Amino acid sequence: MKRSSVEIITEWDIVAARQLGRNEAKKAGFGTVDQARITTAISELARNIYLYAGKGRIEIERVTDGGKDGIKVVASDEGPGIPDLRKVMEDGFSTSGGLGAGMPGVKRLMDEFKVISEPNNGTTITATKWLH
Amino acid sequence: MNKITVEGIRQNMDEIIERWIKTMKEEKGERFFHFMPDHLIEKTSREFAELMTSNIDESDAASTEKINDFTEKVVRFGWAIKFVNKAIDNFSDIVFELLEEKHIINDANFKSFNQLFKNWINPLRESIIDAYSTEWERTVSLQKIALQELSASLIPVFEKISVMPLVGTIDTERAKLIMENLLEGVVSQRAEVVLLDITGVPVVDTMVAHHIIQAADAVRLVGAKCMLVGIRPEIAQTIVALGINLHEFTTKSTLQKGMQAALGLTNRAIVEVEEQ
Ligand SMILES: Nc1ncnc2c1ncn2[C@@H]1O[C@H](COP(=O)(O)OP(=O)(O)OP(=O)(O)O)[C@@H](O)[C@H]1O
Ligand SMILES: [Mg+2]
Repeated sequence: MKRSSVEIITEWDIVAARQLGRNEAKKAGFGTVDQARITTAISELARNIYLYAGKGRIEIERVTDGGKDGIKVVASDEGPGIPDLRKVMEDGFSTSGGLGAGMPGVKRLMDEFKVISEPNNGTTITATKWLH
Repeated sequence: MNKITVEGIRQNMDEIIERWIKTMKEEKGERFFHFMPDHLIEKTSREFAELMTSNIDESDAASTEKINDFTEKVVRFGWAIKFVNKAIDNFSDIVFELLEEKHIINDANFKSFNQLFKNWINPLRESIIDAYSTEWERTVSLQKIALQELSASLIPVFEKISVMPLVGTIDTERAKLIMENLLEGVVSQRAEVVLLDITGVPVVDTMVAHHIIQAADAVRLVGAKCMLVGIRPEIAQTIVALGINLHEFTTKSTLQKGMQAALGLTNRAIVEVEEQ
């Protein structure tokens, strides 16, 4: 399936990533509210890469599963990894003085959410939204 | 460059230019020449060829002055960098090919010619890349300034009520500016209620929300009240999904509703007056 990606290196790449996400979401037929959800989720994931891993990549892919269409966002980096996955999924947990709402927020904004991370081995987050 | 080469090039200039134009026209994916009338192609090409060869009669390394001159003029053609690159490539290829045909270049001196060409072409190419990237950097920094000028002024609307309309993406730098302008404006305008209008902000993520919350806190510290207005329905939903708590300040969907509330907070209202 069609796949496009944005390298996250500077803060402005976050804007580029979510722009791409919004366009793809629009093309896939998502409404305004879901477009905003997907765009916001990408913004969170991209900013986390920028803040905690320094650099990484956002990939956006159109997916189908048994007649369902959707959009899959893959955020990957080779950064420090997340030591305690349970903790970062709690509302309010932040190591940077942020709101700590990003990760649990993305989980609620999207339909499927999966984190693979090992200390010193980077982080890969996959989040999918289905067209209803 | 050595004398025979220089003379070889000068004598065959017309032939070189003709072949170069032909090659450039055949370049795929480059539509530059397609929009040009023939006499202009001829003129520009001759200029380009002259510029290309302007530094070849220098004895060894080309002078910086001539290279700068070359770059300045080529940049003024307004070509895409890819096209310039191709133009330089093709030009040096054609010159090489022609000198080979004229037996000025042969198997025996091939190697030294190669070096000669490198000394001729590389400085030109480097100078061009340098000029283009400087130009891009300049454009980007100008746009950054333009964006900053666009952002965040606090506007006094009524006595005690000021509005800050936010338009566009909020990055760390702009967030700082918003905070500064907000606090400065609240004090100088003696505002009691400040309306932050986010109608024009495309994405409200946790970072933007965090900055808004901090700004509201700071406004409170200088004795005013901050109201968040212009919350589009889809933004309201994402804010809720992110679990961001905005209970501590008043939010309104539109600036109009916010203004009414602000007037209420300062014990005023808009009333319709019947005509007498
Ligand atoms: N890609 C990553 N690599 C390493 N650590 C990460 C990564 N993403 C998140 N984290 C860690 O998880 C924590 C929680 O992330 P989350 O996005 O939920 O909150 P936050 O970024 O701290 O604040 P915000 O509410 O602004 O997003 C971060 O503080 C950080 O320590
Ligand atoms: Mg975050």
